[in-house]
Amino acid sequence: MGLLSKKDAKLITDPLADNNPITIQVLGICSALAITAELKASIVMAVSVMAVLGIGNVVISLMRNIIPSKIRIIVQLVVVAALVIIVDQVLKAFAYELSKTLSVFVGLIITNCIIMGRFEAFALANKPWQSFLDGIGNAAGYGLILIIVGFFRELLGSGTLLGFKVLGDPIEKTGLYAIGYENNGFMLLSPMALIVVGIIIWIQRSRNKALIED
Amino acid sequence: MGLKNNLHNFKEKNKDKKWLPGFNALFTFLYMPNETTHNGTHIKAADDLKRTMNTVIMALVPCLIFGMFNAGYQHYLAQGLIDSADGFLGASFWTLDNLTVGLWKVLPLVIVSYGVGLAVEFIFAIIKGHEVEEGYLVTGMLVPLIVPVDIPLWMLAVAVIFGVVIGKEVFGGTGMNILNPALTIRAFLFFAYPTWMSGDKVWIHGAVERDQMIAAGQNIDAISGETILGSLAQGKEVAYSIWDMFYGIIPGSVGETSTLLILLGALFLIFAKIGSWRIMLSSVVGALVMGLIFNGFVDAGVITEGSKFYGLMSTEFWHHLLIGGFAFGTVFMATDPVTASQTNKGKWIYGFLVGFLSIMIRVFNPAYPEGVMLAILLMNVFAPTIDHYVVQGNVKKRMKRLKAKTA
Repeated sequence: MGLLSKKDAKLITDPLADNNPITIQVLGICSALAITAELKASIVMAVSVMAVLGIGNVVISLMRNIIPSKIRIIVQLVVVAALVIIVDQVLKAFAYELSKTLSVFVGLIITNCIIMGRFEAFALANKPWQSFLDGIGNAAGYGLILIIVGFFRELLGSGTLLGFKVLGDPIEKTGLYAIGYENNGFMLLSPMALIVVGIIIWIQRSRNKALIED
Repeated sequence: MGLKNNLHNFKEKNKDKKWLPGFNALFTFLYMPNETTHNGTHIKAADDLKRTMNTVIMALVPCLIFGMFNAGYQHYLAQGLIDSADGFLGASFWTLDNLTVGLWKVLPLVIVSYGVGLAVEFIFAIIKGHEVEEGYLVTGMLVPLIVPVDIPLWMLAVAVIFGVVIGKEVFGGTGMNILNPALTIRAFLFFAYPTWMSGDKVWIHGAVERDQMIAAGQNIDAISGETILGSLAQGKEVAYSIWDMFYGIIPGSVGETSTLLILLGALFLIFAKIGSWRIMLSSVVGALVMGLIFNGFVDAGVITEGSKFYGLMSTEFWHHLLIGGFAFGTVFMATDPVTASQTNKGKWIYGFLVGFLSIMIRVFNPAYPEGVMLAILLMNVFAPTIDHYVVQGNVKKRMKRLKAKTA
């Protein structure tokens, strides 16, 4: 990559796979379970987190030398809260229906462990550009899993993708439904999201034995 | 000895082949376990895991055969083609016609259950490089007995794959699973395809088809086959007598209806020392206690006829043992030696809570008219905790005794 040095590129690619915030660090599980019943919600959530984490990391990184360490958590919270409120308002203004589906979970980005985790672990000790890349990378790793889970849950649970009836119409009995296929209602329930995440973790670790911890 | 020797030589020759566990599974199933001792004096016990499993399957066979006859009987009875059988030996029950329908509908369930389940087991054994474990033998027989007769086969196949992989193999295979695999499979079906697992259309073969024919404009009567629990939950009059419930001539999952044959199976399991009588007994006690409490509520006037719980709460407490899948679950699923409590005291607690919670879920949960499945799964999760405290309690008691002695 010409644009990024090798070290900087690693900041983005690492969290996508070998240091994925969901499957390796097992952070941010709650939102991954709650909003992945539809692909659209997963994508919007992924983008929202990316905006919050990317900008937040830069802000914290810029302030890293003037934040007294005793009150840094409060400062971090204020930054996340401000950014989340902006994201929430934007969603309400331009995608009202979707913001209703996501309901409290946009607000709850504040409590997403990934965000505070990256602030603490990275932005407080690194320069703004690296922090930005780290934020984007981790949010992408988080979003990737969200989108994979959302893809399977919506496809198998509702037979649609982004609202399009890709498998046919269950009421008119067209497409797959004509030969007796039925949607799997279990996929729409949160426990199944946990199982899908579990299966992803399983596949990932069986392909890369170095990730298996005792 | 020709064949057996040849097979043995074959096994020795292919010792390091990857697929050998697949061959061994069949070889030892027909002949003998593959570890044999060569020297010294040994006490021989005839019941290894395979024999244990076979015993349970034998106990299930009467339920399976009865289930086949019942499938046909309910099918023809609902269409008004035969008279209702009067008693267990009713003339219109044990007929060839009924059995034919039963074989036609139930055998595919058995074949799919075993075929898919064993395929998954074989694949895992070969990937992981260990012998095929026998765990699926009983599960494969239980599964067709606890699903509605008209369940589409592909749904069953999907559920079996899910149940065996997620319910068992990810924990490390037979003996390591936390949840009963057969119930995991049923729970999967229940949450994934609720329209095929509950309601008044799925319990009798042909009812769904008829509905579709009526919807298409044909002038025929609809078949309705509400289970007793379903009727009670809606506060309707139950059309079956107590003896019908006991004999099992009622709609329900394939093999769970006949309390009489389940009782025979239970006696057989207890006699063979395979099923735990502690769990069975305490579960029945738990169910009766919960039933009595509910009856008490009704008698005290807390629950009146207007309440949506009235139907099930006012059911005589001991009727709960005869209806739904309670008896089957208690005898064949709660006693699963892997997922139940291991300690004797733990078994009493575990069994009691299974029965207690079954009836509670049955009454209070409008979405799931049967509670025994969820109750057993829930207690499966708690069984290790119960055992832990029983063992710790025992340790404490003995420490105290030791202190008293040495002091």
